[in-house]
Amino acid sequence: MNVLHFVNAFFSDSAHWHGYDGIPTRLIQHIRYCLIALVLAAAIGLPVGLVTGHYGRGGNALAFIATAGRALPSFGLLVLMTIMVGFGLVPVMVPLVVLAVPPILVTSYESVRSVDPSPVDAARGMGMQESRILFQVELPVALPLILSGLRSGAIQIVSTATIAAYVGIGGLGRYVIDGLYQRDYEKVVGGATLVAALALATLAVFWAVARCTVSPGVRRSG
Amino acid sequence: MAESGQLLPDPKGVRRLIRIDTVTKRYPDGTVAVDRLSLEIPDRSITVLVGPSGCGKTTTLRMINRMVEPSEGSILLDGVDIREQPVNSLRRSMGYVIQNAGLFQHRTIVDNIATVPRLLGWSRSKSRARAMELMERVGLDSALAKRYPYQLSGGQQQRVGVARALAADPPVLLMDEPFSAVDPVVRKGLQDELLRIQDELGKTIVFVTHDIDEAIKLGTTVAVLRTGGRLAQYAPPAELLTAPADAFVEDFLGTDRGIRRLSFFGTEGLELKRAPIVTVDTTAEEVAARTDVDDDVPYLLVTDRDGRPLGWSEPAALAAGPVDVARLLPHGRPFRHGGESLRAALDCAVLSPTGWAVAVDGTGRAVGVVSQQAIGEAIRTAHAERTTGAAGDDGSTGGGALGDADAATGAEVAG
Repeated sequence: MNVLHFVNAFFSDSAHWHGYDGIPTRLIQHIRYCLIALVLAAAIGLPVGLVTGHYGRGGNALAFIATAGRALPSFGLLVLMTIMVGFGLVPVMVPLVVLAVPPILVTSYESVRSVDPSPVDAARGMGMQESRILFQVELPVALPLILSGLRSGAIQIVSTATIAAYVGIGGLGRYVIDGLYQRDYEKVVGGATLVAALALATLAVFWAVARCTVSPGVRRSG
Repeated sequence: MAESGQLLPDPKGVRRLIRIDTVTKRYPDGTVAVDRLSLEIPDRSITVLVGPSGCGKTTTLRMINRMVEPSEGSILLDGVDIREQPVNSLRRSMGYVIQNAGLFQHRTIVDNIATVPRLLGWSRSKSRARAMELMERVGLDSALAKRYPYQLSGGQQQRVGVARALAADPPVLLMDEPFSAVDPVVRKGLQDELLRIQDELGKTIVFVTHDIDEAIKLGTTVAVLRTGGRLAQYAPPAELLTAPADAFVEDFLGTDRGIRRLSFFGTEGLELKRAPIVTVDTTAEEVAARTDVDDDVPYLLVTDRDGRPLGWSEPAALAAGPVDVARLLPHGRPFRHGGESLRAALDCAVLSPTGWAVAVDGTGRAVGVVSQQAIGEAIRTAHAERTTGAAGDDGSTGGGALGDADAATGAEVAG
């Protein structure tokens, strides 16, 4: 029995496409967790990263926080949070957000800080307010890097959200965790394949977003 | 006030004299970038701040639009301290051009130029229409409007930078080494373009450069600053070249300031000799007749039938038979009589293999030849006129004509 056979068997079983444990339900749950976690991580990481990048200060503190965030084991944090606050969405979100904030924070800080200073100087000299300089001069140029930070955060969330199933909630992790308990390797491989496919889809989405939002003038020079 | 006499009246009746009043900039580490500097920037003319690196010229410029705040002293615009008005409205009233243009790479050329009008709340279509108008003014093809900065050459980008600074029609233009990052040929083009635009628009321009040649070419008045941010001399370029205030200024001007000063003298007064010019189909007999007339010219200038110079020849060679154009001595670069300066004429004479410079008219036809001695004579006369004539109020040359050193000053010198 090889892996491809498992994959084929999993996806061709029509029972896997219906009901509360069907692929569509699990996929939508998984995507929902990922989106919530990404939005929360971006809501924390982007403003802090952009503002510190604009003023060029606080880089060391950010690097420290980022390293600390990366050093925390997601699984350990999940268990700890579940013990502290009980079962539910919150203990799942905490490790996912902690995981995704560092890449978003560090890349947005670095990308804004490394924007060519001369257009910024020109903008300031023309009488542009600081907020406009950040959003209309620095952000459009930094956007490709900022998106790459969001993308790596998103990919990590997609793959790590699998552990949510460990504390009893849904998502694609259900197949992997349940399959392991039930020694149903077809289910394990099927679930893992779905997670991998979702990660690839995430890449595609970010590529499309970059196509639409990054100016051709920046895309070429970046 | 000495300067006020040379200022052209502002058509709108607004006087926007920029006055820098004993300004000092001291940084927290104790470095003094600008030391008790006072300058009056005349309206509607180009004032150049020049000096070696570390002389505080850029700092001075950046204090005018409050990119740098002075530690002591004040800067007055129209008699009012620039700190009295909100910093962003002050900056929007002054065009700002920097070294690498500083274009916004994510915006098209037309949107780059429209930046300040948009900041001032103009509609998008009005701003773009204005931007298109400016592209034409600075000599950019309107086909470039939809391009992005990376698609333009350095020289074109700098033109966009100038257009962007002019977009909201500010009375003041601050230019911080705008042309120093482009190659010499492009730089000369940009300088000529700036003088042309200034002729049309009459802005009050403060221009920073480390290049003394650029300062002399562009400046109506030049402020030479020395390291440590002290003013060494503040004078029109011709006066700077004639009478440097001290050894520092003299040294900064370089060794050939006498030659460079010739840029300020025109060539109308030069006495040209027409006799040595012969057309290519002149017969040997005619040549013989001509050399009899003018014995002191050892060569003849051969021109084509339209009168355009072809080269020099010895009279004996011409008398011997038909002209072989390929064997003529090269005539070198001719100078435009009346259009170019004594410096150009002298340069032509020095480079000519015969020691004679060829003068042409606007269409390139030879109008005469002139020897190094004759040019030397003209230089002595011009110097004498300068010192006896208008030595005291030399500032009168500052009305804008001095701008194009090679072309425009001729008229007033010859008279």
